[in-house]
Amino acid sequence: LSTADPRGGSEPFRLIAPDGTSVGDTGVGLTPDELRELLRWMVLARRLDRECMALQRQGELTVYPPFEGQEASQVGSAFALDPDDFVFPSFRELAAALVRGVDPVQYLHYHRGTWHGGPYDPRATRFAPICVPTATQISHAVGYAMGLRLDGIDACAIAYFGDGSASEGDFHEAANMAAVFRSPAVLFCQNNGWAISVPTRSQTSGEIWRRAEGYGFPGVRVDGNDVLAVYHVTKDAVARARAGDGPTLIEAMTYRVGPHTTADDATRYREDAEVERWRALDPIDRYRTWLLANGQADAAFVSDCEADADARVAEIRAALVATESPPVEWMFDWTYAEPPAPLLRQRTEALGGA
Amino acid sequence: MSAALNAALRDALSEDPRVLVYGQDVGALGGVFRVSDGLQDEFGEARVFDTPIAEAGMVGAAVGLALAGWRPVVEIQFDGFSYPALDQVISHVAKYRERTRGRVEMPITIRIPSFGGIRGKEHHGESPETYYVHTAGLKVIAPSAPLDAYRLLRLAIADPDPVIVLEPKARYWTKEDGELSAEGPQIGEGRILRDGDACTLMAYGAMVTRCLQAADVLASEGVDARVVDLRSLSPLDLDLIGRCVRETGRIVVVHEAPRTLGLGAEIAARAMEEAFDHLEAPVARVTGWDTPYPPASLEAHYLPSVERIADAVRGTVSY
Repeated sequence: LSTADPRGGSEPFRLIAPDGTSVGDTGVGLTPDELRELLRWMVLARRLDRECMALQRQGELTVYPPFEGQEASQVGSAFALDPDDFVFPSFRELAAALVRGVDPVQYLHYHRGTWHGGPYDPRATRFAPICVPTATQISHAVGYAMGLRLDGIDACAIAYFGDGSASEGDFHEAANMAAVFRSPAVLFCQNNGWAISVPTRSQTSGEIWRRAEGYGFPGVRVDGNDVLAVYHVTKDAVARARAGDGPTLIEAMTYRVGPHTTADDATRYREDAEVERWRALDPIDRYRTWLLANGQADAAFVSDCEADADARVAEIRAALVATESPPVEWMFDWTYAEPPAPLLRQRTEALGGA
Repeated sequence: MSAALNAALRDALSEDPRVLVYGQDVGALGGVFRVSDGLQDEFGEARVFDTPIAEAGMVGAAVGLALAGWRPVVEIQFDGFSYPALDQVISHVAKYRERTRGRVEMPITIRIPSFGGIRGKEHHGESPETYYVHTAGLKVIAPSAPLDAYRLLRLAIADPDPVIVLEPKARYWTKEDGELSAEGPQIGEGRILRDGDACTLMAYGAMVTRCLQAADVLASEGVDARVVDLRSLSPLDLDLIGRCVRETGRIVVVHEAPRTLGLGAEIAARAMEEAFDHLEAPVARVTGWDTPYPPASLEAHYLPSVERIADAVRGTVSY
């Protein structure tokens, strides 16, 4: 099996080959416990993602965007952040949210259709609300990073977005502003091959990571299915940001094994063979093999990860299906700090009053 | 008015160290209308700064700055250049409080030199208010005179919610005597500038002056028109609208924006809802036309003129 990305182009930075062998210096500064923790997060993330697909099919969630195949990109990058760093996700970053300590039940309110924003506290978790309009969250991250710099706070902001979002003008405006203001921002693109039904080659004729040079900051392409490589390049980008050296663009080459969302039928636009090629590059299989081969974990640990994920997901599921629609007045209560008189009248009307 | 707005920015920057002022050409130049004149020298490049030409990026950055505890005042250079930022305004600025159940405020002020009447180029005479008034979560204000412009901008910057400030370009160089003060009518309150019982003229921005001029003409004919400066387009002062219907029975709404779905449509509907039985005549609208804003040579035929306003009142009073 080739170690190259099936899509070709520049070879991404890689530390572990798809067969689980080391191809670079895997001494990335993580303790044995931390190395194992990466696997635990990825196993939990996949287990939860599959549960969410099932929950959607059972009518317990509205449309759900699965991230299967992208676990290493999200877990590796989120694990490289410090507690003070702030994450600006798109709508497919549940694995990153788990690593950052966001309550998954609160996060999944969004997909259950019980609240648009989360409703976890973004400042407490340092994880912004899910952002569906593609690429708009990147300038939020840049603005937050500008604010950190003005305050002299030693932290950074990271924005997650996809290869499709990189076609938006918002990507360009945010990247350019990040450079001009030397903002401590990390622009993390998960290139998962598809923007719904449109392949990356129809989004861009070049390579996304190379755009960084035009803005005047470093870009790097990394194997997004190699959790250690993702961790390493993100850690570097975070260190640059914190040192006052400005932003970094990371293009993580990964693959969306599932559909865009549960409302999508991916068989209409791509071949099963392509999906199978990527399944062979699976990030969890790869990392598990590496851990076991290098004596960092044993079969008992792997079993424990899986049992732990099963138990945790059962809890999440139970709590999630118990969440109910919020009261009607909540539609009105946070539109403004003080609801204006005309809105208060509508609130009364909605509640059946005069 | 430009100097009053400048004073409002200066006082806000002085009183609250978290206030930032940024936009295109707001630094060394002091803004194309000089509203930020001298502020970068006084407060430094960290708090008053120029940005790349990127309206969506500027407003998107304001969301992040607000999350980081700052209070951004963003200048969009002209009304016609505000549209690239609409996605950020509608999808994020306006919704963030609701999405976070009040945990994250967006105390963002977006200043937009607006409306026509200055023989401007294309894209420099637009009336974008309906886009913003139609967006829940925003407040929208439009001052008509210097002292109230100072007050409204101070209120906007202090407001915990995002406020769109539509500054009438045609009024930037007008003068008014008096003390600058943030005390007085709040956002959400209109003002009666001239009393009368025959009819109420309702306007905002530069059209307030024309309504006052029309009221002078009408007074010479024995028609006492009341003139209301709405000031706050969202929220609207429904109590004042209802009161004017009850007290004068006749309403004429004047704005530069195209007629269809302009503020006049909303005010006519509210006038009916508030006090239908007191209406003596249909609510009349004197507005810009449902056409693109015309070139300078046709501007006078687009903007409501004193004569068109006076005619509308005559028609309403004799209905």
